[in-house]
Amino acid sequence: MNAESRPQPLGGAVFTRPVLVLAVFAGIAGLLIVWRFIVGLGASTALNDGYPWGLWIAFDVVTGTALSCGGYSVALLVYILNRGKYHPLIRPALVTSAFGYTIAGLSVVVDIGRPWIAYKLPFFWHWNLNSVLLEVSLCIMTYTVVLWLELSPAFLEWARTSTYSLFRRVGDTGLPVANKSLLWLIALGMLLPTMHQSSLGSLLLLSGPRLHPLWNTTLLPLLFLISCIAMGFGAVVMEGGLSSKFLGRKFETDMLAGLGFAMLPLIGVYLGLRLIDLGIRGQLGALFAFDHYSVMSVIELALFVAAGVLLATDRRRHNAGNLFRAAMLLVLAGALYRFDVFLVAFQPGPNWSYFPSVTEILITSGLVAGELAGYIVLIKLFPIMAGEPQAAAA
Amino acid sequence: MRDPLAGSSRVLETIDERLKRCGISRRTFLRFCSSLMIAAPFGLAITNMKTPEAVAQVLGKVIRPPVIWLEFQDCTGCTETLLRTSHPGVDDLILNIISLEYHETLMAGAGTQAEAALAQAMHDYAGKYVCVVEGSIPTRDKGVYMKLAGRPATEVLADVAGKAAAVIAIGSCASWGGIPSADPNPTGAVGVADLLPQKTIVNIPGCPPNPYTLLGVVLQFAESGTLPELDAERRPKFAFDRNIHDQCPRRAHFDAGRFVKQYGDQGHREGWCLYKMGCKGPDTHAGCSTRHFNEIPDVWPIGIGAPCVGCTEKSIAFRVPMFQTVKIHEVTPPDTYAPIYAPQGSISPVATGVAGLIGGALIGAGLMASRKLGSADDTESESKPKKE
Repeated sequence: MNAESRPQPLGGAVFTRPVLVLAVFAGIAGLLIVWRFIVGLGASTALNDGYPWGLWIAFDVVTGTALSCGGYSVALLVYILNRGKYHPLIRPALVTSAFGYTIAGLSVVVDIGRPWIAYKLPFFWHWNLNSVLLEVSLCIMTYTVVLWLELSPAFLEWARTSTYSLFRRVGDTGLPVANKSLLWLIALGMLLPTMHQSSLGSLLLLSGPRLHPLWNTTLLPLLFLISCIAMGFGAVVMEGGLSSKFLGRKFETDMLAGLGFAMLPLIGVYLGLRLIDLGIRGQLGALFAFDHYSVMSVIELALFVAAGVLLATDRRRHNAGNLFRAAMLLVLAGALYRFDVFLVAFQPGPNWSYFPSVTEILITSGLVAGELAGYIVLIKLFPIMAGEPQAAAA
Repeated sequence: MRDPLAGSSRVLETIDERLKRCGISRRTFLRFCSSLMIAAPFGLAITNMKTPEAVAQVLGKVIRPPVIWLEFQDCTGCTETLLRTSHPGVDDLILNIISLEYHETLMAGAGTQAEAALAQAMHDYAGKYVCVVEGSIPTRDKGVYMKLAGRPATEVLADVAGKAAAVIAIGSCASWGGIPSADPNPTGAVGVADLLPQKTIVNIPGCPPNPYTLLGVVLQFAESGTLPELDAERRPKFAFDRNIHDQCPRRAHFDAGRFVKQYGDQGHREGWCLYKMGCKGPDTHAGCSTRHFNEIPDVWPIGIGAPCVGCTEKSIAFRVPMFQTVKIHEVTPPDTYAPIYAPQGSISPVATGVAGLIGGALIGAGLMASRKLGSADDTESESKPKKE
């Protein structure tokens, strides 16, 4: 990391109009969450005994954390594959990851039927060690803390330059500690998502025959893991595109095209595993049954293929618009895969149906709006984004 | 040990006396009584008893009723079905339980010998014997279509039945004409009750009827001198009070709307309801659906895949065309069926709309952003040299 690319706060007005609009949505979601706790799940959601997991789990937790794998994916590149040039991407990716995981955790608390006993979760004497959900919840909880700790240098750096002496003292003492422990945090930050992202797949594996054969494979955990890494890259690319568009940042074509290249083998391995698995289980024919299962999985596979095609050549990857579209398709593909597994492929019985209620949709979109607003505020106040060479020179 | 052909007595004797005379042991008799209890469990007076000993006690005192069996315009089917009883067997029935004095199919004698036997029995047991009639009686043209020893059937019937204690009309023909009376009824065939309206007559219709119904009626008459309670058609209620349809083993298929449409189709092979094949079960009263023939399960028309023709109903068999469906008076199959699963969970149209709007907006925004990025890319690459 050279001096020029050292992260810096973006500065500028914090409460701009977009932030305020997003905050309004987040506020609505907040009110609705309060309402949900007052009237209960049955009255406020479309959840039922057949589909106890709805939008909040399928999107906020499963898709949301996969989209928040940017920090994990880029860290894999930088620290495991030793590609230091991608380091500037880590902090912004970590911010979205931290927000995404925080929202996932919050959604779980909103979603569980008996939230008043959620306090038991951190205490090991309450644990059921045979539970996949326990692993997921502990990992997500720990990883959320780890993410914010990984980000702590950004806050401490900011504190050191604060006008208040107390903040300055905290920053001065905390930063060396944070920097020293960063190695361990990074290691944890590698381990935890590997565990729980695959476990999110295992969750539905437990539902056995209630999962449609097109998706019901022991490879579910692996497929979830591979696709979440790809989605993490996709999310980082989209983030880069959007911040270049709306925050006037430079689109780091080279760096992001590199991520695009990294997506290719992931897409290939994912598609290969999917199809070989379907073939081995003799379910390839089910792809062409033209019922809604086959249509959904064909759309899903087509999205992956389309993303792969858009990323296939170096020239295509260096076209910003094209790269952005590919990332979007990939993110959509991964999201659809998760929705398919959790809501479409899961059939509790012929009498059950589910579609999220307006409340659920508004809470979810409000939480995402809150995440966006928080992201904008954070990068304006704290040193998250890598400083642009011109800015540093100025 | 047992000699069923031991000479028949010309005086009335009880079953006990008869068995003793024929050298039948008490054990054999008790075994017979048990078989009666097992095989004929439908309202027989004797099987109200709880033990074979109790049955034996009652049955032993029964005076074997002399029976004269007349056959007119018939197919001998009713006799055939009687021959296929096994509990008791027909030998026990005609030799030990009743005293069959005259039966054209079963007796050894013929011609003058047979006529003599008939005259003898009518003379010896006048007013005490039971007259069983099988087959319809032709009445047109002074009854010339059926003669017995030179006499028309009408005359024989009036003679024999006139001196009988009771008349049992077995089969649909004797009950009300049956097949011979079907349109255009060339012989003017009628049943016994049409000719002897004042006489005590029990109709046991069926084509053929279940032989145990006859056995039950005869035994009750022998034991107590009474006849079972009859319905408006003079059918014993104990055997004809049930509706075939209501007790049908295939009723579930009717209720579920699964019907045979054609012989040999999928539904026919699966044993579905025969209603649409013209089954008269809904209008027919008989015990067939619960008391199958020959003591073998499923041996009855519907059991072997043939629709009920309504042979025990005067107005149905040989009157209503075979494949014509009957009117359902009570429960009709509903047009739609309640689902096995009650639907759970609902999909709000507003929520779908909101989801669509948000999803569409996101994808649209993404595409717009990508397009702008694409154009920015171009302008940037153009403007880059200027900046540097």
